Amino acid sequence: MTTKPTLNGLPAVELRNVYKTYPAGRSEHEVAAVNGVNLSLLSGEFFTLLGPSGCGKTTSLRMIAGFETPTAGEVFIQGQPMSHVPPYRRPVNTVFQNYALFPHLTIEKNVAFGLTVQKVPKAEQQRRVREALELVRLPTVGQRKPTQLSGGQQQRVALARALINRPAVLLLDEPLGALDYKLRQAMQLELKALQHEVGITFVYVTHDQEEALTMSDRIAVMSAGKVLQIGTPIEIYERPNCRFVANFIGETNFLDGRVTRTNGNRCTVQVADGLEVSGSNYSAAAVGDQVTVSIRPEKIRIHESRPEPQPNLFEVAVDRVAYIGSDTQLFMTMPYGAKVRVYDQNELSTVDENYFYAAGDQAWISWRPENALVLKD
Amino acid sequence: MENRKRIAVLMGPPALFLLFLFVLPLAIMAVFTFRAGSFGAQREVFTLDNYREFLANPSYLRLLWRSTGIAFIVSALSVALAYPLAYFIAFRVGSRKVILLTILVIPAWTSYLLRILAWRLILGSNGVLNSILLALGLIDEATPILLYSMTAVTITLTYVWIPFVALPIFASLERINRSVLEAAADLGCAPWQAFLRITLPLSMPGVLGGFFFAFIPTLGEYVTPLLVGGAKGVMYGNLIQDQFLRGLNWPLGSIMSLAMLLVALVLMALFVRVVRVSDLVEG
Repeated sequence: MTTKPTLNGLPAVELRNVYKTYPAGRSEHEVAAVNGVNLSLLSGEFFTLLGPSGCGKTTSLRMIAGFETPTAGEVFIQGQPMSHVPPYRRPVNTVFQNYALFPHLTIEKNVAFGLTVQKVPKAEQQRRVREALELVRLPTVGQRKPTQLSGGQQQRVALARALINRPAVLLLDEPLGALDYKLRQAMQLELKALQHEVGITFVYVTHDQEEALTMSDRIAVMSAGKVLQIGTPIEIYERPNCRFVANFIGETNFLDGRVTRTNGNRCTVQVADGLEVSGSNYSAAAVGDQVTVSIRPEKIRIHESRPEPQPNLFEVAVDRVAYIGSDTQLFMTMPYGAKVRVYDQNELSTVDENYFYAAGDQAWISWRPENALVLKD
Repeated sequence: MENRKRIAVLMGPPALFLLFLFVLPLAIMAVFTFRAGSFGAQREVFTLDNYREFLANPSYLRLLWRSTGIAFIVSALSVALAYPLAYFIAFRVGSRKVILLTILVIPAWTSYLLRILAWRLILGSNGVLNSILLALGLIDEATPILLYSMTAVTITLTYVWIPFVALPIFASLERINRSVLEAAADLGCAPWQAFLRITLPLSMPGVLGGFFFAFIPTLGEYVTPLLVGGAKGVMYGNLIQDQFLRGLNWPLGSIMSLAMLLVALVLMALFVRVVRVSDLVEG
């Protein structure tokens, strides 16, 4: 039970070219909720489907669970095609968004439900229910009804009810969505630790990027029914492959321009007349391409006075300053009018009285070419 | 204080209504059980003779048990027939729910008497059923056994109650969160197992509600037996009616009425106890 998740081996879940379209309602066209998705999940990994609402992440999850049937393509679980396997015969269990606990049964009977259906002997049922409730740190609530528990407790019961069946894959549909912020943060760490402990493949659906970054081994970012990028949290954040991913995960600045020179992974982008930005090119942009340069606000340095000449150095005007405690957000305008947001960590705010910038100040900003990502779309 | 006033205003009219038109008449009836007669000087004499008379004649109680049995069968049949109907409308028809519910309730808009009389046309010697059976060669001559029997009473009343029983069952099925059914499937329940373990228990409040919607009026029913029951289809309600209208024995009629009320209350209490409705409703 307590083996470390291994990231090698057979895919636990595979989606091959999966489509899900719903018949046209009153509109002319049919609606494609999932539009050609390919995914391959490793056994034992914490895999997150991340995207805004309506991106197809929940529909994808429901097709793995068997509640929805793909219009085209095939879902495989542990190498087995699932198209003719009903939900109740799939080796997966789900933690539902609203928990979906059985209101007429005690917590104990809720948790034991899967075992009861499988006709597991009573004694073993009792032992495993006790273990499962201890695993989610709720050993004393067995005799209560779901409505007598708080949201966070119900969430754990839902988790215990699913995990007790020792599924090959656990599907979680925004399980923390209904909890308040502090509890959500605590549960994120707990869930990750739990996943480590039980070694089961987790497929986690969320629209919350922080949640995804905190817990996942790998993330698939989805939009409009398609998977845009799959990667580790670091890859997704540090090297987004398109404008949407860069914008959806974290904050960023976009500068639009045209490629004027390329040199290996480096390239130069003209963002205005006589104004060039040098950045990193992982998207095979060629000279003449229209591109977007993405620079994260915390990766921009600010200079009070004109520093030594260096690449990507620009004089800017400070428009607005927002103090948010750990750092200060500065809204600035580039010489040609583009707006840039910069996060400045408040390292010396207690030392220097004149530490903070004010609207109207002049300043210089610069960034490393490695931190300016050239994106083709 | 504001709140209390509001409650008083809202609760006042129905409470007064019930007090004067339900509790008070019941109390009057309870007093009547002790009077020696319905009219004149006898009214002022108080006695226990009526109770002795009621208990001395075993046919009264026998008919009460028989009517209880009939009411039980009618209610059980109504629930059995209304449940699939309610289930179908709640789970299988999507946006056509409103239309189907309306169709279900429409017959209830026509007169109760008319609907019962219609059954005489169906069940009678020259009725639709006999004609069909004759035409199919299943019987040689028209048989009147269908009409003027307990069977006729049972069929007619079951027909009358189905929409009223279906509505509370439908309402309780509608209240079931669909994701709970998905959870059951997710945890290994085939559809029929999910029905037995989840849907049925969660719809029990509606089933019980529907059952008593049919049970209580059937227990006191006297119009339907009069019209389609004949001599063999007499129910306890007819007995009570006779005491008040023909026998003019109001004290005995009052005892019979209260006995029936007692049976209904005891059965209801037992049922609610056994199924523990409160558990289900608290959810």
